[in-house]
Amino acid sequence: MRDAIAQLVRDGDSVAIEGFTHLIGFAAGHEIIRQGRRDLTLCRLTPDLIYDQMIAAGVARKLVFSWLGNPGVGSLHAIRRWAEATPSKLELEEYSHFGMVCRYTAGAMNLPFFPLRSYDDTDLPKANPLIRPIRSPYSDEELYAVPALKPNVAIIHAQRADAAGDTQVWGLLGCQKEAAFAADRVIVVVEELVDESVIRADPNRTILPGLVVDAVVVEPFGAHPSYAQGYYDRDNAFYLEWDRISREEESLQAWLKEWVHGVASRHEYVVKMGESRLLALRPTPAPSGSVDYGEYR
Amino acid sequence: MSESAPAAFSASEMMIVAAARELAGQRVCFVGVGLPNIAVNLAKRTVAPELELVYEAGVFGARPARLPLSIGDPTIVTHATAVTSMFELFGYYLQGGLIDVGFLGAAQIDRHGNLNSTVIGPYETPRTRLPGSGGACEIAQNARSIFVIMRQSPRSFVERLDFRTSVGSRVRVVVTDLGVYHPVDGELQLDALHEGVTLDQVKAAMGWSPRVATSLGRTPPPSDAELRMIREELDPAGVYTR
Repeated sequence: MRDAIAQLVRDGDSVAIEGFTHLIGFAAGHEIIRQGRRDLTLCRLTPDLIYDQMIAAGVARKLVFSWLGNPGVGSLHAIRRWAEATPSKLELEEYSHFGMVCRYTAGAMNLPFFPLRSYDDTDLPKANPLIRPIRSPYSDEELYAVPALKPNVAIIHAQRADAAGDTQVWGLLGCQKEAAFAADRVIVVVEELVDESVIRADPNRTILPGLVVDAVVVEPFGAHPSYAQGYYDRDNAFYLEWDRISREEESLQAWLKEWVHGVASRHEYVVKMGESRLLALRPTPAPSGSVDYGEYR
Repeated sequence: MSESAPAAFSASEMMIVAAARELAGQRVCFVGVGLPNIAVNLAKRTVAPELELVYEAGVFGARPARLPLSIGDPTIVTHATAVTSMFELFGYYLQGGLIDVGFLGAAQIDRHGNLNSTVIGPYETPRTRLPGSGGACEIAQNARSIFVIMRQSPRSFVERLDFRTSVGSRVRVVVTDLGVYHPVDGELQLDALHEGVTLDQVKAAMGWSPRVATSLGRTPPPSDAELRMIREELDPAGVYTR
């Protein structure tokens, strides 16, 4: 992880750590904090705890997002403190969920923009002049357009990949595929490194080919306190606890000192967290039935 | 009124039950976290067993085995009909026109059902920075009908929104802790008061003078069965309902 972040994430980069509630790259985000990156533009539909932590640690100057909260709990207090400060310490660029998804999609498809049926009669285009009305060339219909988003770096957490970076995900898919295809550089972090034959046995499950992946990092529990479907549950207790930790700058900084700067790696974090907490997050099995692809020679 | 004392219930429980009853006959419902989630799951157990639960995280036909804290909980995935990318969910299912009902909440609503979930105060220098649209603005524009569920107060039912995040033109019902509204000629009309609530109470809890139905109804209180499902199955810890 240390090498991947050192080589592929640079000061001033736009970085998208995607994953909608599921498979959020906390291990990678913490490594970016430890390496002291600065002036990043952080892109994500839901900044979640990871960007609250990264912004509190001072790595970013700008946030591009569509929903700013601690899901099911309340506010992201650090980001709110930065955004509500006078003058504001954090530039915000705001869309809707589908707007952000369409931005990555346009980026992945090498299009300048994407049209969508959102934003009619709302104040969002006034708040963000990059959301613009367009007229269909085939009718008089008025739509809105959002500009392509091509992050410098996308960081994707996944259940498994092979050494070449061929990456498989199941459960919520979010917009990781779109973000990764849109990005210049892609880091994949996985729960398990598997043999190429495992990938080839189930090619429908592959979201990214190694072709677009620049680094593969193996980091079990690397998405904690978010979750990895089939591997571990969302640590909802921590999401609730973060509300308390992050309300005051002092307790938040003490948490970063202990759990990010105070450990050298995700492995140390996992050891520090303790086996019993992590084992309690393990679900009972619910395997998919397997399908037969057939052998054609 | 029966002789036996009616079961005590909270304003939140009344709101959830009233919202769930409004879902009778609906088929495909876009679910939000918190109160809408409980209301929709209650409706599926009572008035709308055929309801397909759709979650913006990319799930169609969810069968959640527990009440999810977040919109993207793993329990909405396991045993679902389909798990899709968010591009497909928002693009094909929502914008494609397959969603009958979208549930929304907000910090502010106006008399036309327009919603604010972005900021309190000016956008550039907000007094309170709220979460923002998420999927709300596209749900409001693309679902066939919108159900709003929110507590009412002079701060939340306002004459003028601080920011319009979502348009109110498809709002079909607004359920609050005090009563039920439906739009008439583009303006919300108070059609029913919940059990134990007075019209003066409602008027004191809003920033405009409401249009009131000539024959104002009374929401039947939650039944024992509805309360039992909420308390034992849907929110046993009482996170959203007490």
